Amino acid sequence: MATTAKTKPGKRAAKPKATAEELNHFYREMLMIRRFEEKAGQLYGMGLIQGFCHLYIGQEAVIVGMQAAADTEKDSVVTSYRDHGHMLACGMDPKGVMAELTGRASGYSRGKGGSMHMFSREKRFFGGHGIVAAQVPIGTGLAFAHRYKEDGGVCMTYYGDGAANQGQVFESFNMAALWKLPVVYVLENNRYGMGTSVARAAANQELYKRGTAFGIPGEEVDGMDVVAVRDAAKKALDSVRSGKGPQILGMLTYRYRGHSMSDPAKYRTREEVSKVRAEQDPIDRVRNMLMEHDYATEDQLKKVDAEIKAIVTEAAEFAQQSPEPDPSELYTDILIET
Amino acid sequence: MAELTYREAVAEAIAQEMERDENVVFLGEDIGKAGGVFKATVGLFDKFGPERVRDTPIAEQAILGAAMGAAMTGLRPVAEIMFSDFFAVCWDIVANQIAKTRYMTDGQVTMPLVIRTANGGGVRFGAQHSQAVENWAMMIPGLKVIAPSSPADVKGLLAASIRDEDPVIFFEQKSLYAEKGEVPDGEHIEELGTAKVVRPGDDAVIYALAAMVPRAVKAAERLQAEDGINVSVVDVRSLVPLDTQTIFDEFRKSGRAFTVEENPRLCGWGAEISSLITEECFWDMDLPVTRITTPHIPLPASDNLEDAALPSVDRIYNTVREGLD
Ligand SMILES: Cc1ncc(C[n+]2csc(CCOP(=O)(O)OP(=O)(O)O)c2C)c(N)n1
Ligand SMILES: [Mg+2]
Repeated sequence: MATTAKTKPGKRAAKPKATAEELNHFYREMLMIRRFEEKAGQLYGMGLIQGFCHLYIGQEAVIVGMQAAADTEKDSVVTSYRDHGHMLACGMDPKGVMAELTGRASGYSRGKGGSMHMFSREKRFFGGHGIVAAQVPIGTGLAFAHRYKEDGGVCMTYYGDGAANQGQVFESFNMAALWKLPVVYVLENNRYGMGTSVARAAANQELYKRGTAFGIPGEEVDGMDVVAVRDAAKKALDSVRSGKGPQILGMLTYRYRGHSMSDPAKYRTREEVSKVRAEQDPIDRVRNMLMEHDYATEDQLKKVDAEIKAIVTEAAEFAQQSPEPDPSELYTDILIET
Repeated sequence: MAELTYREAVAEAIAQEMERDENVVFLGEDIGKAGGVFKATVGLFDKFGPERVRDTPIAEQAILGAAMGAAMTGLRPVAEIMFSDFFAVCWDIVANQIAKTRYMTDGQVTMPLVIRTANGGGVRFGAQHSQAVENWAMMIPGLKVIAPSSPADVKGLLAASIRDEDPVIFFEQKSLYAEKGEVPDGEHIEELGTAKVVRPGDDAVIYALAAMVPRAVKAAERLQAEDGINVSVVDVRSLVPLDTQTIFDEFRKSGRAFTVEENPRLCGWGAEISSLITEECFWDMDLPVTRITTPHIPLPASDNLEDAALPSVDRIYNTVREGLD
């Protein structure tokens, strides 16, 4: 079809499907997660964070795009152990998250949860789960409660490509479809479950279609494009909120770092990682859009960088200076004390 | 003799048995190409190939169900459940299917399979990746339950488990994987259902399992050095079958016993030993059996809290010394 060329030759690409304000917001949110995770990685290297630490670097567009479409006053979120980004995007305090990572008394779970297990009822963030795929039926139950209370909320239930192979995912799909529950299942397909690629783990790699047998629509989304995520999320959330039953969003994304901190990553090449970083990085993409369309100046972005750096530095200092939990905490919150 | 780590001994045992018997197959998550998340199965994939060493999807019910089905006609599967906490995801297959098949089939169908799993705490993995759950398995009739503390025992007991006609739950201790020890060269096989006196003594006896064995030995050495108290340490090793002969013989030397258990207190294996001693050795008892355990709590992630929860050398030393006072 012939088109009238609206863009001046050699100048701007197509107008982004997001406003300047939205793009600036995405940039800030994604950069916040990235810098937070980089700092967490550093603290791990210094021995200040121990045990597990699953970084979200590379996948930032997924949670930021989803939250941009969500009704943050009503909707709930549940995810796996790769949860730091989700917590920040849900509005949890970076200081409390970092302090939990370092196992301190001022952490969200007073040091008892650790990197994988944090919660905020206030922000409707319901964990932080270490058993692969357990969050899927739990998210289904959160959706059941949204429906039962008629509070208008939707539960966004995040799970990985590896988790997609667990039986309880399918049991949940069936139940959610049967009862038309307000749940969006957000598949974060980062191509690997630990050291096993999707191709080596899944008989059919189109994981977003796995609701088909239950009549659950699934859509594949470029999870490295925050605007595409936001748009897909909007559509799905509107439909789910209106009572039409669950949906699956299959986010194609990528984790840059190892599965956890001690991952020699022999299952993929360095070239594969650097190619994704160079060509698809979600933050670079938004940065380029901002610059290209004069939605932000270099100076403004530098200022954002500096602000985020300050927040992350403050969180790290807070996390290191907070006291360790008192030994008496061993016995609290096991059962309700009377 | 060669010096091996606990994790190397795992791979050696499996390799030894796979070489000997082509019915032995091995399956689990990231056990093959990646060599296991704890690097305990490095080399097996290259040596035996993808038909015998299978990387599976993340699907514990299917892994154990498939291991069981394969065992029904004589294969000898070794399955890995990456962390013992994940047994909760597939417990039906263990408790209702595997454990009861020999019984329900009037002995027609045996279950020559092994489920290996990384058990226990001390590595800051938090409440869902640190539990010592050997008592879960011990409570189910129809399972054998093994938990070695040294590389030599890993090799000998794992090999014996693979050769055994009954299902064996084999608890490897994740905090011990890096520990080194002498392991006999060539074929090495130990007997299931045997405890081992790792340190003789006649003032009292400490029964310990897995990671608690080296701690109990350290505490015993301190008691000897600082207080002149001569404590024996028994590595229980095999919870089912339980070597009551060795347990009672060792007890009768002093009439004073302590257990050191990593599991939360209620229904830990030490309660069973305490009960057996009370029933069988009552007239030899000088003191009530004292149990040193993790409190009845989930395990915290924070290092200072986790260290306070698990029985430490100090706690063992102090409890025994005060108990004998
Ligand atoms: C039931 C269970 N099985 C296995 C594991 C070990 N494990 C932790 S994360 C993981 C990989 C999960 O991959 P995926 O779902 O793709 O999520 P990602 O780590 O890529 O975010 C595995 C096998 C676990 N925690 N729980
Ligand atoms: Mg994945």
